[in-house]
Amino acid sequence: MDVLYFAWVRERIGQPREKVNTQAGTVRELVEELRGREARYEAAFADLSALRVAVDQELSDFDAPLEGAREVAFFPPMTGG
Amino acid sequence: MEIRVQAEPFDLGAEAARFAARQRGMGAVVTFTGIVRDMEGGGLEAMEIEHYPGMTEKAIEAIAAEAQTRWNAGGILVIHRYGRLAPDEQIMMVATAAKHRAEAFQAAEFLMDYLKSRAPFWKKELARDGAAWVAARDEDEDALTRW
Repeated sequence: MDVLYFAWVRERIGQPREKVNTQAGTVRELVEELRGREARYEAAFADLSALRVAVDQELSDFDAPLEGAREVAFFPPMTGG
Repeated sequence: MEIRVQAEPFDLGAEAARFAARQRGMGAVVTFTGIVRDMEGGGLEAMEIEHYPGMTEKAIEAIAAEAQTRWNAGGILVIHRYGRLAPDEQIMMVATAAKHRAEAFQAAEFLMDYLKSRAPFWKKELARDGAAWVAARDEDEDALTRW
């Protein structure tokens, strides 16, 4: 699936998007999988309460199932307006 | 309903006039404009606004549709810019039309509250002494509970 990063999450991970092959069943499992990979993911995902997630461009939560999902995005709380 | 997410500046007067001229049977038009504000004590060189293409438009459409239904709005216009903006530049505008002013004001406030915390934009302040992401404020999240 496509995994997208925005704002400081993007900066800590060092890229705006990537393809990830995963069997993760939920967003939280995907996060744990990424955290185990490299220090830059650990730096981005250290505090999940500071992060928001969207699954297929809909605001979601970390317990959301990933079955059938094509796109998951991680970002800090939004600051529009 | 008209939603535009764009890098280019917009002409506030022309947009407001065009929006108002399109309305039929509406007694009130309210507009709000957000502007890049310099930091306390100055020093802001630019504001960089990032967004999530695709989700941004969908999220704003959902927010605008909700406002339209709740206040029986005649029309709703949302323009939000992204990219690099200088201090005092216009970031975004909303315009709402309704039969009475209370509905038009409330629809505009609802739009603003939700755009702030539910539309995927992120602001970074580029100042003389460094750059920092603007943090979301608890008050902004709390503002949603009144609706």
